[in-house]
Amino acid sequence: MRRKLPWILLAVSLAVMAVGLAFGEYRAVLEKAITVCLDCIGIG
Amino acid sequence: MGASTAAKPARKPRDKRAWYQALFALGINAWIPSWFKGEIFQGGIKGVCVPALNCYSCPSALGACPIGALQTSFAGLRFNLTVAEKKFGLYVTGFLAAVGSAVGRMPCGWVCPFGFIQELFHRIPSPKIKLPHAMTYFRYVVLATTVVALPLLVVDQFGYGQTWFCKWICPAGTLEAGIPLMLIKADLRPLIGFMYYWKLGLLALFLGWFVVSQRPFCRTVCPLGAFWGLFNKGSLFRMAVDDEKCTLCDKCHKDCPVEIKIYKSANSPDCVRCLRCVSSCKFGAISYEFLGKKEIAPDLRVKKPA
Repeated sequence: MRRKLPWILLAVSLAVMAVGLAFGEYRAVLEKAITVCLDCIGIG
Repeated sequence: MGASTAAKPARKPRDKRAWYQALFALGINAWIPSWFKGEIFQGGIKGVCVPALNCYSCPSALGACPIGALQTSFAGLRFNLTVAEKKFGLYVTGFLAAVGSAVGRMPCGWVCPFGFIQELFHRIPSPKIKLPHAMTYFRYVVLATTVVALPLLVVDQFGYGQTWFCKWICPAGTLEAGIPLMLIKADLRPLIGFMYYWKLGLLALFLGWFVVSQRPFCRTVCPLGAFWGLFNKGSLFRMAVDDEKCTLCDKCHKDCPVEIKIYKSANSPDCVRCLRCVSSCKFGAISYEFLGKKEIAPDLRVKKPA
């Protein structure tokens, strides 16, 4: 079981990531990332 | 003459890892033209998360900071607003968990530019102060509150949350984006107010702390390190200590950039897997295993010419 656990975790993580991508979350992250984040730079 | 040469103390071999850290720091912030144009990189690949705390408002950043992206998802996730985004942060959470499942906290030791900066500052000669272990638990509080709970639960008059960690704490954002953008974008300067000076003051405090303590931000504050550390015990990449070979000489502890005793807990959530202990152990007691392959003594040091 100890040897399988990381593989199970990895498979579940990739599946969660794929669901997020399927729901258009890449676009949401991109939109945030290409805009100057005023909170990050201290003027938000 | 020969005797005086022989008496000269041997210089400590330098760590080859610093070159990898520099390479990764430049690699994920490689869009240099932005610095001259006075804007941030806006290419379509910027939605790809980088495995590091690296502000996406750094002018040359090629990818997205996973902690910033995660807070933004939670801050905008509302079910009572028709205009709110129903994004659960699954892409970013899945990405973080996938990296954690594969290598645990290893990106902290090899990729993260802010970890690299801390190690560089710690090379400045000064009295050094060890961190009490109890302080390392604070990073879980930061993760649970400023990254998850507060962006989700505290809303403004329009019903939206804030990116609390980015706004109130993140010194990486100030160093990599706040200062550079003020230098290259004159139109932002009139907006400087209390928050900017708060973050500048916090950054100054952290930089001073980096000089006297080893990677204090990673160990006590960083929510990304807190998350990946949870995977250290169950990741594909694993550290191991051979109790029969270990003499408890404590050399690994003295050389460790996060001051852990790996012989007590080989896969501690504090370990950034820099592998310095593997090469510093003279007895070959410390090893690592990845995808079934076991390595005992990688030479990560820059060799001096004979």
